[in-house]
Amino acid sequence: MSTPVRDPAALPRLGWTLLALVLLWPLLRLTDFRPAALFEAGNLQAMGHFLGGFLPPETAPEFLAMLARATVETLAMATAGIALSMLLAVPLGLLMTRSLSISRLGPGRGGWVGQILRGLARGVLAVLRGVPELVWALLFVRVFGLGAAAGVLALGITYGGMLGKVYGEILESTDARPARILLEAGSGRLAALCYGLLPNAAQELVSYTVYRWECAVRASVVMGFVGAGGLGQLMDQSMKMLNGGEAASILATFLVLVLAADGLSGFLRRRLA
Amino acid sequence: MGFSLEGVRLTHANGFHALRGVDLHVAAGERVALIGASGAGKTTLLRVLAASLRPTGGRVRLLGGEPWVDSPRVLRRLRSRIGLVHQSPPIPPRQRVVTAVLAGRLGQWPLWKALASLVLPVDPEGAARELARLDMAERLYARCDRLSGGQLQRVALARVLYQQPELLLADEPVSAMDPALSELTVALLNEEAVRRGVTLVASLHAVDLALRHFPRVVGVKEGAIAFDLPAAEVTEALLRDLYAAEGALPLAGEMPGTPAPGLPPLRCA
Amino acid sequence: MRAGISLGALLAVALLLAAVGASFAFLDMPLGALFTGSAANEAADFVKRFFPPDTSVDFLAKVAWAALETLAISLLSTLLAVLLAAGLALPAAGRQGWLAGQVARFSLNLLRSVPELVWATLMVLAAGLGPFAGTLALALHTTGVLGRLFAEALENTPAAPAEALVSSGAPALATFLYGTLPLVAPQWLAYALYRWEMNIRMAAILGFVGAGGLGAQLYYSLSLFHEAEASTVILAMLMMAVVVDGVSAWLRRASA
Repeated sequence: MSTPVRDPAALPRLGWTLLALVLLWPLLRLTDFRPAALFEAGNLQAMGHFLGGFLPPETAPEFLAMLARATVETLAMATAGIALSMLLAVPLGLLMTRSLSISRLGPGRGGWVGQILRGLARGVLAVLRGVPELVWALLFVRVFGLGAAAGVLALGITYGGMLGKVYGEILESTDARPARILLEAGSGRLAALCYGLLPNAAQELVSYTVYRWECAVRASVVMGFVGAGGLGQLMDQSMKMLNGGEAASILATFLVLVLAADGLSGFLRRRLA
Repeated sequence: MGFSLEGVRLTHANGFHALRGVDLHVAAGERVALIGASGAGKTTLLRVLAASLRPTGGRVRLLGGEPWVDSPRVLRRLRSRIGLVHQSPPIPPRQRVVTAVLAGRLGQWPLWKALASLVLPVDPEGAARELARLDMAERLYARCDRLSGGQLQRVALARVLYQQPELLLADEPVSAMDPALSELTVALLNEEAVRRGVTLVASLHAVDLALRHFPRVVGVKEGAIAFDLPAAEVTEALLRDLYAAEGALPLAGEMPGTPAPGLPPLRCA
Repeated sequence: MRAGISLGALLAVALLLAAVGASFAFLDMPLGALFTGSAANEAADFVKRFFPPDTSVDFLAKVAWAALETLAISLLSTLLAVLLAAGLALPAAGRQGWLAGQVARFSLNLLRSVPELVWATLMVLAAGLGPFAGTLALALHTTGVLGRLFAEALENTPAAPAEALVSSGAPALATFLYGTLPLVAPQWLAYALYRWEMNIRMAAILGFVGAGGLGAQLYYSLSLFHEAEASTVILAMLMMAVVVDGVSAWLRRASA
């Protein structure tokens, strides 16, 4: 019996491991990775004082009223933001959908106008969602001043980009034949959409929108950190004043809100499925 | 140092009586074949012998220990001395053959050795030795999902051989192999048991293989022992009765119930 | 296709419209003001100040460095989160008994429900300003998300290989590494890459609360009313998002 060959994976493994270690070093430097910082006296004291204030959570009636108002504002921001984003997403998403193109039916080559329009819609959507919602919010706060309006617009723009792209993808992936038959029979694009594509795609479209609403709730919770209203703004103030009791109450509200949105969205999507 | 079962009963959670009072005494170094129709309880019996299923009643003594009486530590040490070849090879598809075989000694290795072996196999020679006996040496560094069902079954066998258990158990170890290879493999199991003087219990679907290779044959029917005889004393009438439900006697030449291209390898969902 | 529209669906639509209407009413949006002359002019002036973007070499180098820092934060935090999530997913999948499972599930839910930015504000307090706080914050939130996904993958994995190793006396950690990890590794890796993609975006804005990266630069520039600089940073973020999108789409096509 011959002696077994050397492990052919040994050398590549050694190479990858060395490479990973070599890359890890600049990562640790770039992120200023110092776990010891967590245990420095100053930081420990600040954190300890802050966490110590968590108990008991703030329950003064006027604070709770403020908290309730901020919670409603957060939910309203998410809902209004999604409504606004649909105004953007629906036309752009439809524009992106090839199944609704009349010029592609032929005869002859596809219309270049349609292609340019579709490319343009794709680009606009990419820019809208490429800039994070918090950056939009930061910019809008400078135009509209502090408050929820900036948050709603920011959500509307970023989520418009996301929803538009996904709407387009969903419509593209549904069976295009019914729409094609309608278009060939001479019906308009809107009729082809309503009778050809929507019956098959509606459920997925609604389900994704509900999921995005859940994400919007999470996003609007933090909008306040850049001054765009809602719970985040309250949290920001409490943090700046190192008021642990208030922060604890707000954090608890976060948890309840996020978990409730999670549960509601899950329930709605199961009902739709 | 063999094993003994006394009145062992096992009822599954769904109320199915898999074993209904099994008495079986096997001395060290004995070689026993388990035969019987599918669903008779062979696999359950082997898993009880492997100390991986806890019976609902009766007494189990394995290699001088009582697995369900002692502490978990003792149970773990006992288990490392028992090797079970499973019918469908329990090997992750993305694992390499060498790692799958070396995993046989995880119960005996200290943890650092197990970890080190993941990075660089600590004993490729040992794994290659066992694989060579099964004519698989050249696949030492192959990935398990590139193997056929029969090859995978041999890898699983090599793992248990590498474990060097004192009680060698096999649950239809040749179900995915062709007749010639089955013959060789069953012979190899017997040779290993004789050479190292360990106890061997194998369940086999093919009756002729069992009768040819094992001195002692135990027939299992409906969760109980139907007969327990030297191979020479097993009569055709006994076999007909044992396989009454299946109609014909399953032989190595034509193995009913065996999926043709081998067992489906495990797939990650 | 459905026959007509049910009463329930009609009610749902009505409820939805009411919710949207109530939201706008509650928020008292000054949308009208946007279209009045003076506000529109103001907005146009504001937009004008962002052009042209600052392209001085000094500042570009600064932005490149901040982008690199953002990338490092996202990578290291995802790495940390994978390790922590693996540690929590095992008990959460019910492999260490009921009590450990409940505790692990609760911790994962807690980690997941607190948004990254909130973790960042807390970590800035605990570790001081800078990218380290951002790394910790992202790692904590991502641990919650990945831990849940990892646990789900574990629950859907065949147990036979692990059981076989247990019945040959292998200790728990070795059983996991030899019998379970090879089965779940591809799925875990896919989840980790997906989260990394999201973390790159997130790392870009953690700077708003002082946790390093591109966001810190953007916040700083805007606070000083250097809109030209800000627009360079925003372009850098946009570029990063487009590149990440493209690369991940390409990877997904290549691996499919």
